[in-house]
Amino acid sequence: MGRAGAHPASALLLLLLLVLRAERPRGAELTFELPDSARQCFHEAVERGAKFSLDYQVITGGHYDVDCYVEDPLGNTIYRETKKQYDSFTHRAEVKGVYQFCFSNEFSTFSHKTIYFDFQVGDEPPILPDMGNRVTALTQMESACVTIHEALKTVIDSQTHYRLREAQDRARAEDLNSRVSYWSVGETVALFVVSFGQVLLLKSFFTEKRAGPRAPHS
Amino acid sequence: MQTLTFVFSFYFSLSTAFYFHVGEREEKCIIEDIPSDTLITGTFKIQQWDIHRQDFLESAPGLGMFVTVRTYNDEVLLSTLYGPQGRFYFTSHSPGEHIICLESNSTRLVSFGGSKLRIHLEIRVGQHDLDAAIAQAKDKVNEVSFKLEHLIEQIEQIVKEQNYQRDREENFRMISEDTNGNVLWWAFAQTLIFISIGIFQMKYLKDFFIAKKLV
Repeated sequence: MGRAGAHPASALLLLLLLVLRAERPRGAELTFELPDSARQCFHEAVERGAKFSLDYQVITGGHYDVDCYVEDPLGNTIYRETKKQYDSFTHRAEVKGVYQFCFSNEFSTFSHKTIYFDFQVGDEPPILPDMGNRVTALTQMESACVTIHEALKTVIDSQTHYRLREAQDRARAEDLNSRVSYWSVGETVALFVVSFGQVLLLKSFFTEKRAGPRAPHS
Repeated sequence: MQTLTFVFSFYFSLSTAFYFHVGEREEKCIIEDIPSDTLITGTFKIQQWDIHRQDFLESAPGLGMFVTVRTYNDEVLLSTLYGPQGRFYFTSHSPGEHIICLESNSTRLVSFGGSKLRIHLEIRVGQHDLDAAIAQAKDKVNEVSFKLEHLIEQIEQIVKEQNYQRDREENFRMISEDTNGNVLWWAFAQTLIFISIGIFQMKYLKDFFIAKKLV
């Protein structure tokens, strides 16, 4: 019932879904731990002409720096930085294919690093799917939606930025706290050991000398 | 027919997703710092390296993926074995770092050079399943009201993150004040210890020298 009429509707639905998925900003936002002397690579397929952006930040570990490089499908290095704490890189893809970006901690021998990266491909589609090619002007409600959407995007971005900064500062503060505790305990122990050692050493000098030159009382 | 169409388009988007390589028995972990009551959806697919063809197979026959989700205090939220392709969900009960670990259940004892896996992964924070409903909206009012629902959801997520941020900042401030108090207390204690040890040393040595008739 209605099967003949369902085909064009379902074809349209398929087309709409494919269009929505193709235009959606694909990408990945991950936080992972990079062990010392290790390198981790990620790959993403990018269409020709699409713009992609990579933001990364080191959250904890060592001197908070990491090497990063991005390669296009032909193997050319389009971005390379060493020992960066955070950076942002955007590029318009000239070649269609699989782009590779790698984080390297090979210069470090004993510090694990926690790295956050955000890789976005493509532009954000407008909040209303056919905003670009509409004949009539947007109604007030639709333009209010658009404004709110833009504002929320800014809020989310700055929220992520503050969250990462706070995580980094808190890691440093916890580090400082534990270092102060260890140092105070260690120095107390060292103080006592050194002071008793000094006294015993001095005593030992004078006791031996005493036994040599003086004649024992009889 | 409608369901088949929807499933087909989902598969299409996953095959070109973001991926990375791991060794066959290696465990890869991802950290997600999220507030409480947040739904996380993860979609993954494994491809196995074929030695003879020197390329990746379309799928990984016979391999499964062991997915473990732990909180910061090692409380296990999810620990399940999936097939080579699947989707997992979990909702966080407490705010904090959640560690999602993926490991294949390969039983190969020796992984010789060249055996690796390609893992396609997509992790989503918060609910995002309104897009399909929007595509099927019949009229204008419905479409805009779905979009408003999407915006309201985004705002709720932002408010949750902000509350979480407030808690974390308080924790951070407590740690800093703790450190400050510790340093101050330690400075006083150290001065006292120095002075008392100095007095003790002088007294002891003076008594010692007087006893030895050197002074």
